Amino acid sequence: MTKIHIPTPLRQYTGKQADVQVKGGTVGDALSDLTSRHPDLRRHLYTEEGRLRSFVNVYLNDDDVRYLQKEATTVKDGDSISIVPSIAGGHV
Amino acid sequence: MLKIGKTELDALRRHGEETYPHECCGVLLGQVDGDARAVTSLARCGNTRNDSPQNRYNIDPAELIRIQREGRKRGEDIVGFYHSHPDHPARWSSTDLAEAHWFGCSYVITSVEKGKAVLTNSFELTGSEESDKKLVDEGVEVQ
Repeated sequence: MTKIHIPTPLRQYTGKQADVQVKGGTVGDALSDLTSRHPDLRRHLYTEEGRLRSFVNVYLNDDDVRYLQKEATTVKDGDSISIVPSIAGGHV
Repeated sequence: MLKIGKTELDALRRHGEETYPHECCGVLLGQVDGDARAVTSLARCGNTRNDSPQNRYNIDPAELIRIQREGRKRGEDIVGFYHSHPDHPARWSSTDLAEAHWFGCSYVITSVEKGKAVLTNSFELTGSEESDKKLVDEGVEVQ
């Protein structure tokens, strides 16, 4: 099993759980298991075309999966996945 | 409503003065207290927008993960973020809103004029998705 850390704005869709245990051999499988357990999460993580939203960062342990094999990145037992919406802005 | 100690408020304002004329940024840690967010500590962050730090900020998600992990050891959660506006008002811009995604969290903005922190305002990101999100003024209770 893999643990997915849920950021505060999305916990309302996971029954307020900050961590969800999921199954899956890849990051994509793990996220798929997450959204099947908590379907309301899906539209917040994915576009209508089924792609991860650009402001949703997914980390496997301490690595951004964009720089690994993206959703095909292999996950091992004991790994943790973090979902981190972007934090950015500016006065202009 | 944002509840914050004077020490933490002064610290985030001072951060904006130190990074002037660039935008500073950081994380507010604490707990949700009913309808309010109570800040118990801050975590300064680096601004990864080296291309335009005078009017843009971005927090590295990897840094946020570390901050979150350390905060959880202390029983703290992420309740918001802060940044500064060098020589610009302490009000959110269209960019601030477009880049805000942490619903239910506070976004604190400090205007820093000629190197001195002037006004600090806080805004709650309301709504439930990108299409209906708003940054709404919220009171700041200094404890």
